[in-house]
Amino acid sequence: MFDVLRKSLSTGVVTTPYPNLPPQVSRQARGKPEIDWSNWKDARPAAAVCPTGAIACSEQGRTRTVRFDLGFCIFCGLCADADPAIRMTNACELASRNRKHLIDSATYDLDVDGRQQRILEWRAGFKPETPEESGQALRAGIDRVLGRSLHIREVDAGSCNGCEIEIVGLNSPIYDLERFGVHFVASPRHADMLLVTGPVTRNMELALRKTYDAMPAPRLVVAVGACGCSGGIFGQNYATCGGVDQVIPVDVYIPGCPPNPHALSHGILLAVGRLPEKRGAGAQH
Amino acid sequence: MNLLPSLQTVLDDLTQRFGPQMQPAHSPRPNELYLRAPVVLASALCSILYRKYQARLAGVFGEDARAEHNAFFVYYLYALDSAHGFVCVRVPVAPEKPELPSLTNAVPAVNWQEREVQDMFGLKLVGHPNPRRCALHDDWPEVYPLRKDFDLRTKLPPFHGERHKFRKVEGEGVFQVPVGPVHAGIIEPGHFLFSVAGEPVLYLQLRMFYVHKGTEKLFENLPIPHCVRLAESISGDSSFAHATAFCHAVERASEVEAPPRARALRTICLELERIYNHIADIGAICTDVAFVTAHMHAMRLKEHVLRANEQLTGNRLLRGMAALGGVRFDFDEERIRCLRTLLEFLEPEFNSLAELIRSHSGTRDRLETTGLLKPGVARDLGVVGVAGRASGFDHDLRRDFPHAFYDQVTFTVPVFTEGDVQRRMVVRREEVLQSISIIRQVLDKFPPGPIKTELERVPSDRVALGYVEGWRGEIFHWVHTAAENRLARCKIKDPSLQNWPALSEAILGNIIPDFPVVNKSFNLSYSGTDR
Ligand code: SF4
Repeated sequence: MFDVLRKSLSTGVVTTPYPNLPPQVSRQARGKPEIDWSNWKDARPAAAVCPTGAIACSEQGRTRTVRFDLGFCIFCGLCADADPAIRMTNACELASRNRKHLIDSATYDLDVDGRQQRILEWRAGFKPETPEESGQALRAGIDRVLGRSLHIREVDAGSCNGCEIEIVGLNSPIYDLERFGVHFVASPRHADMLLVTGPVTRNMELALRKTYDAMPAPRLVVAVGACGCSGGIFGQNYATCGGVDQVIPVDVYIPGCPPNPHALSHGILLAVGRLPEKRGAGAQH
Repeated sequence: MNLLPSLQTVLDDLTQRFGPQMQPAHSPRPNELYLRAPVVLASALCSILYRKYQARLAGVFGEDARAEHNAFFVYYLYALDSAHGFVCVRVPVAPEKPELPSLTNAVPAVNWQEREVQDMFGLKLVGHPNPRRCALHDDWPEVYPLRKDFDLRTKLPPFHGERHKFRKVEGEGVFQVPVGPVHAGIIEPGHFLFSVAGEPVLYLQLRMFYVHKGTEKLFENLPIPHCVRLAESISGDSSFAHATAFCHAVERASEVEAPPRARALRTICLELERIYNHIADIGAICTDVAFVTAHMHAMRLKEHVLRANEQLTGNRLLRGMAALGGVRFDFDEERIRCLRTLLEFLEPEFNSLAELIRSHSGTRDRLETTGLLKPGVARDLGVVGVAGRASGFDHDLRRDFPHAFYDQVTFTVPVFTEGDVQRRMVVRREEVLQSISIIRQVLDKFPPGPIKTELERVPSDRVALGYVEGWRGEIFHWVHTAAENRLARCKIKDPSLQNWPALSEAILGNIIPDFPVVNKSFNLSYSGTDR
C-alpha cells in the first residue's frame, strides 16, 4: 500500500498541458502533407506512389485536376519522397466538421509531356475553418465540456485496432481526457457521443446502426482515422462500407492513421463546440 | 539451391514412402521445401509429418488456380521447429469436384483455417467435425470471395437475418450469456456466448470475423509496394511485424536480402513493438483485477515508448518504417541517442513497476491458477507465442528460424508449464527485459552500410514464405507473385487465428467475472484474425 503511494508521489504529475499549449509532437512526426499547389509540376508520380488514393489525378484533354483528400491519407510520406512539391509536416490537429473541408483540389494546364504548366483553379478544402475560427470553436467547446460532462461510447466498426491503441491513450495519465469531464462509457444509452473507427465492415454495419439508434438525442458522431473518414486503404469493397458516414451521419472527422491522442482530443473538443447547433436538430428525431 | 540437411532427410523419407506420386517442386531457399501431391495423400503426409517429425501444421490455405492449372490449390504449411525448416505441400482440387478431406480430427489446430478455405473458395470439407461457416457469417450470400471470378468491389446486400446459429447448451440451471459484438470497453468487436451453471463457465462459443475487411483479396488488387502499407493495417498493434513479414516474403520471392543494417533496424523496431505491447498488456491485466495504479504506470511507460517510436520512425506505431528490401529510415546519431535514453529510462522504471505488481499479493491471488491452459491442450490446438510459452511450448521463431538480426544477438526464451494468467504475464515481463537487452546488443553491433536493397520489380510466378516472431507470436505471410509487380495470392497468418480456440479451453470452470482478465492475458487480435 505504502509502496503504491510512494511510487505515485515520486512520479508526480505527467499530464500534458494540451490544449492550453500546442501538442507535444516531435519534429520527426509525420502529419499532414503540405502541397505547394502553385508550383506543382507533375502530380502523377505522387499519385502513383500514394497507396490510398489520397492523391488522385484525372485528365481531360489538356487539363488535369488533382485532388488531395486528407480523409484517405495515412501520412506515410511516400508522396513527399517522390515529389519535391510535397513536404510532410507534423501537423496533427486536423479534425474537421465537414468532410468536404478535407479535400483540396486544383486544375492545371498541361504541356505536351503532360506536365503541369499553370494552375487554372485552386479549391482549398482544408482552409475554410481559419485558425481563429477553429480556435474559437475549440475554446467554446472546452468551456462547454467543462460546464457539462461528455460521455463517449467507442465503437470499433472494423478498424485494425491502431485507432483503439491511441483512444485508450486518452484515458492514460498523460492525456487524461477525464480532466475535461470527458468519460468513456460502456453503453450507448449513456452516451452523448459515438466515437467510431474502421471502414465499417459489412458484419458491423447493423451493430453500428443499432448502437447509434440506442443513443439518446442529441447525439454526436465522430469518425476516427483514415478508415473512419473514408474507408482509408480498404476503401469500399465486398466486406466494407467505406467510412462511417456511409452508414450513420457524422459530425466530425478526425484524419490520421491512427490520429494521435492530441489529434483525438482536438477532434472530440471540436465536436463538442457544435452541441448547441445539434440540439435543435436533435429535437426533431 | 541446397536444402537444409534436416529437410533433405525428410524429403528422402517421404520420397521413399510415397514414390512418384509425390513430387518435390523447385525449392529456392534452403529452409523451405515445396512438395506437390494428389489430394488423397494430404492426410497420409500430414500424419507422417505431424507424428514422426513433430511438425506443426502452421497454415492451411487455398488458391484459385483454375485459370492456369484448372484446379484449386490447397497448401499445407508445416513448421519443423527442430529441423529449422518449413515443408509446404500443395494439393490440387478439381473444380468439378470441389471437395477437400478435412484434417481437423487429426490436427485440431487447423479447425478454423480449413473452414476458412471452405468459406472463401467454396471447397466442401469432407469429414470435418464442425463444418459450419467460420470466416463468413451465416447470412452471407453464396459467394466465394477469394475465387478469381469474384470481384473485390462486388456490392453485396446489407446484412440481415441470422448471423450465427450458436449451439444450444441445455440442462437444469444452465444459462446462456451473450456478450458483444460491441463490447463495454475500448476493444475490438467479437461475439462471445457463455454457457454457465451457477458461476462457472461450462462452455464458451466464439463468433469472430466481425471485422473482416477483405484484406487478402485486396492484396491481390494492389501493386506490391502499396501492399506494404496495407500490411501495416492488418493488426494495428503489430503494424511493423506484419509489414516486415510481408516484405520478408516478397524479398525471398525475389531472391534479394535486406542489408545487415536494415536487418538490425528491423530487429530494433520489432523489439520496440514487443515492448510497448507487453507493457500495455501487463497494465491491462492489472486493471482487470482492480490494480489500477499499476495500469496507470504501465500506460505512462507505454507512452514513452510510443513517443520514442515517433522520434525514431515518424510514427507512434512504427508505421511507414517498413520497406521492401529493408527499411525506410536510418537511425542517425540523434536517433540512437534517443533510443539509448529511452532504454536507460525504461529499464529501472519497468523493473520498479514489475516489483510493484509482484509485491501486490491481491493481484497474484487473482492471477495464479486462473485461466488454465494445459500444455497438452495447447499443443493440440497449436497455440503459439506468449500463450504457447506460458503453457510449455518452447518455441520462438527468433531463435528457431532466425530472421532479421536475431542470429547476431543472444537472448533467452521464457517458458513455463503452468499455463495460467500469471505465467502469461510473467512471460511478457521477462520478454520486455530480454527486448531491452536485444536492442542494446544490436546498437553495440550496429552494422554500417545501406538500409535497403533496391527491389523495383518483383519477378512473377514465384512463391515464398515470410516470417517474423511478432510480439504476440509467429506471423506468416505467404505470397505468390504475378506479373506487373502484383500478387496472385497473399496468405496472412496472424498468431491470433491459431490461439482464439484456446480461450474457450482456458475459461472452462472459471467464472465470467474473470473472463476479461483471462481474455486480456491472451490479448488476441480480432483484426488479425478476421482480416
Ligand atoms: S502521405 Fe498521404 S497523400 Fe502522401 S502518399 Fe501517403 S497516403 Fe498518399
